[in-house]
Amino acid sequence: MENPYVPYPVRIDDIEVATEDKSLKTFTFVFQNPGDEEKFAYQAGQFAELSIPGVGEIPIGIASSPVEKGFVKFTVFRTGVVTSHLHNMKKGDIMGIRGPLGNWYPWEKLENKNVVIIGGGFAFTTLRSAIVYMLDPANRSRFKNIDVIYGARSPGMLLYRQELFDWEKRDDINMHITVDSTDDPDWKYHTGFVPQIVEKNAPVADEDTYAIVCGPPIMIKFTQPALTQLGYQDHQIFMSLENRMKCGIGMCGRCNIGKELVCKDGPVFTLEQINQTPKEY
Amino acid sequence: MKFITIDKKDWAGGIDKSRKTYQVFGPVQDENGCQIKPLPPDVYPLMDAGVTVMSPKSVLFPQTEKMLTATLDETREDHHVMKPVEKEDTPRVVLGIRPYDARAIQLVKLNFDNPDYQDPYWCKAYERTTFVGLAVTHPDPCDFSTSTGCGPFSEEGLDVLMADLDDRYLAKILTQKGEDWAGACGFDTEADAAESQALFDILRKEAEKNITASVDTDRLSEKSILDLHEAPFWDDVAFSCINCGTCTYVCPTCWCFDIQDETKHKTATRFRNWDSCMSPLFTHHASGHNPRGSKVQRVRQRFMHKLKYFVDKYDQGIMCVGCGRCVASCPVNIDIREVCKTMNNYESK
Repeated sequence: MENPYVPYPVRIDDIEVATEDKSLKTFTFVFQNPGDEEKFAYQAGQFAELSIPGVGEIPIGIASSPVEKGFVKFTVFRTGVVTSHLHNMKKGDIMGIRGPLGNWYPWEKLENKNVVIIGGGFAFTTLRSAIVYMLDPANRSRFKNIDVIYGARSPGMLLYRQELFDWEKRDDINMHITVDSTDDPDWKYHTGFVPQIVEKNAPVADEDTYAIVCGPPIMIKFTQPALTQLGYQDHQIFMSLENRMKCGIGMCGRCNIGKELVCKDGPVFTLEQINQTPKEY
Repeated sequence: MKFITIDKKDWAGGIDKSRKTYQVFGPVQDENGCQIKPLPPDVYPLMDAGVTVMSPKSVLFPQTEKMLTATLDETREDHHVMKPVEKEDTPRVVLGIRPYDARAIQLVKLNFDNPDYQDPYWCKAYERTTFVGLAVTHPDPCDFSTSTGCGPFSEEGLDVLMADLDDRYLAKILTQKGEDWAGACGFDTEADAAESQALFDILRKEAEKNITASVDTDRLSEKSILDLHEAPFWDDVAFSCINCGTCTYVCPTCWCFDIQDETKHKTATRFRNWDSCMSPLFTHHASGHNPRGSKVQRVRQRFMHKLKYFVDKYDQGIMCVGCGRCVASCPVNIDIREVCKTMNNYESK
């Protein structure tokens, strides 16, 4: 019998400070045992439990993409016991990863569709995974237009800045990068909150257009009406939820919204599904 | 179906014989009341005990259980690599488990042993355990097990069902595991099957008559989750609750758990512990946000889980076996039967 609680041993291969306030770091892990990387085969949108022996586990979205081989990446906000410990670890340290867990963005459904990705703050990790996946030469032709609206408080708080600016230059993806405000006179992208940028720049929805939205509750609250106004129906809006988790496999009982478990039945739900559950997230 | 009779004079001797093969569990009195626990070599089960204070769920799902360990000693090659804790594999037998508790184990099994994931700790403990049940002939006043798809002589989840006939037990052997246990005890006096079944039926009807509490659950599945969730009665239900969590700990079907790490010297251990949806920490995010931060939200979660979410998800009835423990133990007299009635009768406007 497989033991789903046993993490794969991994080594921290690289640590990068991801934002100017140093509250986020991106960790690159390499699997210790040959074969574990194949067993960890994941899809963009899934998460995993980062597992530090003697400290605990935290559920974190996978920021690397299935098309990137040889490593997995997670961008972690320092906030509790485990994330604070992780932020103090160093390259070469050994820890564990358990997963992949949960469902993923509905790649089959999105085939031959326009995809609009909307993210805010540090909820851009699995969205990065999704974008890298869609832009991969093997996959790009499977999707029609790709629009990305991503915002943070300030330029230095945007995750994966270099990649964002690289994507900006491409002609097979429409980037709409924004910051709440900046005093940088050379800032050449948008200024304003994500919902406003959505209102102005997101494509009007036809039945072949789907939106994936991840962000802080306040952003989601105001983005939803903007999307509705643009013609997006509830089944065309996908959202990734977060709740406190322990087991990650649907057994420990705490992450439920109604009868759905965010860890196992989610974290990705359509707005239509979410509207049918109690808002306990 | 095979029946055997066990003369009570032979009972202790049979148990002793079975100890060569089995670790024996049964009801015993301790400082906290009557509990189902592992029996030391010279101790015999208190078969005439009523409802045990705690349910026997801990036989398969201990209140605290080691899951994984790792050495943190960096001179060791496998440092910081978590490995499963070795578990015993001796067969175990639980004597005197009541039919409602045996059904509860089958309901809990839906959680720990599902098509997607199998919890190896629970499943292995389940596989090596034989359940020798004792029918309820003198129901407790809080017992409402006939309303929950169970009842005083329910055979679900049992390997043997015994009835107490004063000087002897009449035992119905239900599975190979049960047969093996009877063999290990040397209990082999066969009884006439038709006569025994007839006697079981008489005793069952007698016991069912003595269960006076009942609750209707027939309309729960047709209600909408959101209607029940938004219903106006939750403030009243939760008003007196002090969030002590007693109901969740005594409940045979409450399976929620927490996972925690501890370090002693150079050894890290990952444990699981019973958790409770009554605790605010259960759902508290690291950010400080709590989706069930208020008492009424937590009380609603407990009853919605047992009486609605579970019903919809598994189509196996309610996640309650009618043992009555939470009714008897609640310090502020919250009664799941009343809540169930309120939910079952609720019509949204």
